[in-house]
Amino acid sequence: MTVLEKATPIPAGRREWSEPVKRNLGLVGVLIAILAVGAITRPDLFLDLDWLWRNELLILTQASAIGVITVGMTFVMIGGGIDLSVGALVALTSVWCTTVATQQFGSLGMIFTAVVVGVIAGSLNGVLIAYGRLVPFIATLAMLVAARGLAQMISGKLTQRVDVANQFINQLSFNKILGIPALVLIMLAVGVLGWILLNRTTFGRRTFAIGGNPEAARLAGINIRRHLVLLYALSGLCCGIAAIIVVSLSSAGAADHGDLYELDAIAAAIIGGTALSGGRGTIVGSLLGVVIFKGITNLFIVNNLEQEYQLIVKGAIIVAAVLIQQFRVSSLRRRTSG
Amino acid sequence: MRGTAAEVVLELQGIVKDFPGVRALDGVDLEVRAGEVHCLLGQNGAGKSTLIKVLSGAHRPDAGRIMWLGEEVSFARPQAAMRAGIATIYQELDLVEGLSVADNVFLGREPAGLGFVHRGRMREAARGVLTRLGHGEIPVDREVAKLPSAAKQIVSMARALSMDARLLIMDEPSAVLAHDEVANLFRVIRELTAQGIAVIYISHRLEEIRDIGDRVTVLKDGRTSAANLDAKGTPTRELVSKMTGRTIEYVFPPRPDHSPGAELLAVEGLSLAGEFHDVSLKVHAGEIVGIAGLVGSGRSELLETIYGARRAGAGTVRVAGQELRPGDVRAAVRQGLGMAPEERKSQALVLDDPVYRNITLATFGRFASAGFTSHGRERTAAVRIADELQVRPPGVERPVRTLSGGNQQKVVVGRWLLGGTRLLLLDEPTRGVDVGARAELYEVIRRLVADGVGILLVSSEVPEVLGLADRVLVMREGRLIHEAEASTLDEHTVLDMVMAGSLLETENAV
Ligand SMILES: Nc1ncnc2c1ncn2[C@@H]1O[C@H](COP(=O)(O)OP(=O)(O)OP(=O)(O)O)[C@@H](O)[C@H]1O
Ligand SMILES: [Mg+2]
Repeated sequence: MTVLEKATPIPAGRREWSEPVKRNLGLVGVLIAILAVGAITRPDLFLDLDWLWRNELLILTQASAIGVITVGMTFVMIGGGIDLSVGALVALTSVWCTTVATQQFGSLGMIFTAVVVGVIAGSLNGVLIAYGRLVPFIATLAMLVAARGLAQMISGKLTQRVDVANQFINQLSFNKILGIPALVLIMLAVGVLGWILLNRTTFGRRTFAIGGNPEAARLAGINIRRHLVLLYALSGLCCGIAAIIVVSLSSAGAADHGDLYELDAIAAAIIGGTALSGGRGTIVGSLLGVVIFKGITNLFIVNNLEQEYQLIVKGAIIVAAVLIQQFRVSSLRRRTSG
Repeated sequence: MRGTAAEVVLELQGIVKDFPGVRALDGVDLEVRAGEVHCLLGQNGAGKSTLIKVLSGAHRPDAGRIMWLGEEVSFARPQAAMRAGIATIYQELDLVEGLSVADNVFLGREPAGLGFVHRGRMREAARGVLTRLGHGEIPVDREVAKLPSAAKQIVSMARALSMDARLLIMDEPSAVLAHDEVANLFRVIRELTAQGIAVIYISHRLEEIRDIGDRVTVLKDGRTSAANLDAKGTPTRELVSKMTGRTIEYVFPPRPDHSPGAELLAVEGLSLAGEFHDVSLKVHAGEIVGIAGLVGSGRSELLETIYGARRAGAGTVRVAGQELRPGDVRAAVRQGLGMAPEERKSQALVLDDPVYRNITLATFGRFASAGFTSHGRERTAAVRIADELQVRPPGVERPVRTLSGGNQQKVVVGRWLLGGTRLLLLDEPTRGVDVGARAELYEVIRRLVADGVGILLVSSEVPEVLGLADRVLVMREGRLIHEAEASTLDEHTVLDMVMAGSLLETENAV
């Protein structure tokens, strides 16, 4: 029987964009607005296409480390958790991969070390949360403190420069492929892989399910604990990759690298539409969030405004993003349940 | 007083409500009199819940008039409707899980002086209302999250009752109630109507409507398809055809010659402290075993324990001879078990995800190759199931949140019908599902069984257990007290066993 067919008059010809796509289009709009503000306040620079291109590449390069971290953070947040330790893990891995001992193994050895240390530290987060039943906030807060401490211990609070022998690492930040900085390409690659993992694999499906309704996921036979460990390991992996980027940019590892990166990453993810309560979010949105942040910072710099204003505006943006999100959710709820 | 003479308290005219892409209400008329029980009948997705949400101020209508006590009103929010004397019990429970029972009963209306809540008075009053509902035993200080679902339903009824409303709206209150609870509910409803309070009652169970209803309004596709029918006298055939536009030959498909295959599930001496004790049972391939019992008799807990969602205190569960690790859902799923749990929202659905993803929540791995999911194949399979179970409105891309209650239930059950399941544990599979779709669901279950799937079914509706199952187990207070072929039992005997049990205590068959 076709009882309700009639009750579904989806207007023909008007394709409905899905909610996340609409949001991402909105974020692109914000980026354009940022450019427009730049063009109005500094027409001398922003209307100079050559300068503009260089400037945008610079923004992207500066965004690359946070961008990579945000990809991992997005996974963790969609899975219903949060990772406060990302900044500290960047510091720890940057220090570990630049010790004298590690550097003897060459550039590849350094990259390998950064990645492995990141994954192990992230897994530890995951084990504490999944098997130790700590709330993610506490577990990763503890990791934040401990990892920073360990980084200071290993480095003796000294900056560890990259050897000349490992020029490859330093070169990364100068190299360009087809005119695009290598670091930006790394971020893009991580973004693309993250997108595929999230949207096209069973891993991604489990992530959404666990964040959306953990009990339903459990009763559907999904191994929640193992998946949580993998999620935090993934975040740790991203921190390792980000550490390489940071080391490359600064030619050194240091215990104070990655300071407050967790805030930037979480804020970017939220601006990008990732729900703090889990179950919703997109990689594209998160990366747009990162670029918006950096773009605004850039606006302040080219207009020679004080750093303080920058921070205040950033704070305001985070609040606005969360308010918009809550408004959407509650209006959705109001329309649907009672 | 239940005559034509009674005053009309509520009149709806041409109510329209649009949701994005769906017109849920398309001109509904309704007239409710003081002191009557006015039943709303209609298929899943016909618009019943939406209509009462419009009435209770949860939704704003896009067109139409609401006349309340002779005046045109428009409720901007639920509080406005409450203040006007309209109390609502929603289909989906709307309690704050972290608060106590008393807090929930008086949420937003706490008896207070100078901003301080009179806790004592509040608890006293809550106890009073619960007692009136026949459930004085529910502790008013208990956190609501810790109550079983039937008790939650009582609490939400207590809340509506405590409002001293002139109109009480109940959206499928009986869906989570056991037989005796429903009797209790009806007693309270009769008390209320005797005082001139009007009741709007929604249910998919026609027997209930005959029992408690005075008049019936039938909704179909968001329109009033018949108004003010006599609840007692209108033939079932007429009601069903007004609802569905067709007649239903039979509800339960004819039982095929019963020849169960090999033993599929063997439960031995299974116990869970405080829930059930020393339960042994068997399910064979191609067999439906039904468990009859009251809510709280440990039936759901038994299913959950077999499934590994709870860890048994003692006993073993074997599937095709293989012992399952206790408390390990994944092991059970690997062995081909599936379970449709009792509480769809909290236990089964990812509400913001589209329908098809919810249907494939347990099986998306099977449609994947090398870890890569296949949206195409998943969707095709989901569309097939959704069509078979008539999930309405069609289209598997909508968030499951936007489906009506009965349609959400179909999604939960549909998840396990995708194939690959050897043994299906069904906990109240037809809760909130309308008559037509119910027949369809039974059909699908029968077909599965014909293919050799074993089914263990729990239902509060005795006719369902008797009509569908081959073998029936009766459970009371955590023990299996009787086992028999379904054909040898009738509703009355089973109800007697389920409730009093005194007659049959001696012939403990299991
Ligand atoms: N928030 C929403 N967004 C979109 N569509 C909705 C929303 N809420 C309800 N609908 C649609 O409106 C229609 C009516 O739904 P409603 O919940 O009123 O049905 P119902 O008669 O209560 O069904 P049931 O017997 O299954 O509870 C359905 O097609 C449903 O999918
Ligand atoms: Mg409904």
